[in-house]
Amino acid sequence: MSERLTVFKTYKLYVGGKFPRSESGRVYEVTDAKGRWLANAPLSSRKDARDAVVAARKAFGGWSGATAYNRGQVLYRIAEMLEGRREQFTREVADAEGLSKSKAAAVVDAAIDRWVWYAGWTDKIAQIVGGANPVAGPYLNLSTPEPTGVVAVVAPQESSFLGLVSVLAPVIATGNTAVVIASEKAPLPALSLGEVLATSDVPGGVVNILTGKAAEIAAPLAAHQDVNAIDLTGAGADLARDLEIAAADNLKRVLRPQPVDWSADPGTHRLTAFLETKTVWHPTGSLGASGSAY
Amino acid sequence: MSTAFADVTASDSTLRRFLHGLPGVDAVGLEARAASLGTRSIKTTAKAYAIDLAISMIDLTTLEGADTPGKVRALGAKAVNPDPTDRETPRTAAVCVYPDMVATAKEAVAGSGVKVASVATAFPAGRAAIEVKLGDVREAVAAGADEIDMVIDRGAFLSGDYMTVYEQIRAVKEACGTARLKVIFETGELSTYDNIKRASWIGMIAGADFIKTSTGKVGVNATPPNTLLMLEAVRDFRAQTGVQIGVKPAGGIRSTKDAVKFLVLVNETAGPDWLDNHWFRFGASSLLNDLLMQRQKLATGRYSGPDYVTVD
Repeated sequence: MSERLTVFKTYKLYVGGKFPRSESGRVYEVTDAKGRWLANAPLSSRKDARDAVVAARKAFGGWSGATAYNRGQVLYRIAEMLEGRREQFTREVADAEGLSKSKAAAVVDAAIDRWVWYAGWTDKIAQIVGGANPVAGPYLNLSTPEPTGVVAVVAPQESSFLGLVSVLAPVIATGNTAVVIASEKAPLPALSLGEVLATSDVPGGVVNILTGKAAEIAAPLAAHQDVNAIDLTGAGADLARDLEIAAADNLKRVLRPQPVDWSADPGTHRLTAFLETKTVWHPTGSLGASGSAY
Repeated sequence: MSTAFADVTASDSTLRRFLHGLPGVDAVGLEARAASLGTRSIKTTAKAYAIDLAISMIDLTTLEGADTPGKVRALGAKAVNPDPTDRETPRTAAVCVYPDMVATAKEAVAGSGVKVASVATAFPAGRAAIEVKLGDVREAVAAGADEIDMVIDRGAFLSGDYMTVYEQIRAVKEACGTARLKVIFETGELSTYDNIKRASWIGMIAGADFIKTSTGKVGVNATPPNTLLMLEAVRDFRAQTGVQIGVKPAGGIRSTKDAVKFLVLVNETAGPDWLDNHWFRFGASSLLNDLLMQRQKLATGRYSGPDYVTVD
């Protein structure tokens, strides 16, 4: 019997629901924790970043307009799809981060659970950060959170999968669309996540995943006038400073890098970081004998 | 013109013989040529030049049933001053509206040098009696239109009645007076490249000042191959008669990249004489915003967004 030829996987970007190569045609070598070659990943250029923003902007209307309940279903679907590819992700995370198989499996499980956690939050966050406000006048006064828009995300460098999911899920849970720059050193789990998203009812363009040098791709995103917010979690101190300066030009929301334990309970601060509050005043006259306005 | 081609237009059969005697179009070659010219890389100063040139060639168009005087005034203001944040931005060549909006448009661009073009002749179908079509044209001209965009009778053309198409263009040209006439073939409805070539020659012989691809109202509008074919036609026509005729692709050109590809076609086919808004136009509306965003990108180094151009 003849020996089978090895089938190598071509890792590609995930932009606008499609899997393009980098516009520049460039790739770079990705190695495991011990320096052994794993695969080539696309080395994205600023034009890939531009295309990703166009895709994210196009997807924003539909995704932000979907009901929160529906977004929750879609996020849960991502967890379901990941569950089916648990083995693959365990292997990729073990290679990428130099973990043992059991530790990598625990990381993948935590990432799947994180999708479920944020899926549950989609239709509850509005009650936590919005609601009726007491005002001194005959008005019903209501605040509701709305998504900020297109969010550029510099994903964590060390935690290539759990960290990535932990920064991405809260951005899209509330109706934003995302352009994510994956970990430079360990981009493969992120690129495989693109394949999962493509089969999880996530509309094309809601999540766009780029790989390559964070500094090269993040700079045009930070300066881009059609990007509304930037999450600098994976940027080093110097880069984060430069990006924040560039981001000030059109008053982007900026989430500064801070030390995070990715395995801990994430809380809601990442959900609220990319929300804007809309408040509606509605005249009521006085209601009831107490004279209460609402 | 009519004298140089008097023998051609003498009768239905001579016209047919002339049109069918034109060399056939090599469809594969034409598409390959258009595609290869589309791969040129236009960067930095050449790109800045191309963007400004493209802006100056736009016939900024609104042809909707829902057009209001307010919308036409807004369009006029944008044509005169496309980017209020940068007064160096060139003006567009013209605004293009329906005949009943010509007076409003004229007022909106008064004194700016921006022309007012009006579609006429029962645009976009062209299915009306010739008297109605001519009335449409006269009304637009009387209201002050500088340019008239007419549609040919595609039904007559496709049934082989070339003479009717020719005579209607002649009649409309006469009704135009001093207004420049653009003849729309609706290339998407003509089926073959040979037909587009024949229609181009009918238009040119009949005295069109511009030949224009499409109305923008059908599935297939301006494409690089059909525009390339028409550019070859005007080039050949000038070589033969000394008369220069303009070309206007319209419909479906939305991005700066597309517009620059068309400019490459113009330069490489008809030549630099046509790189002027007197001889080449884009019929477009959303294209202008993309050009302005690219212009801002070149000026500032950062990507712009739709929040920084007017919504129209």
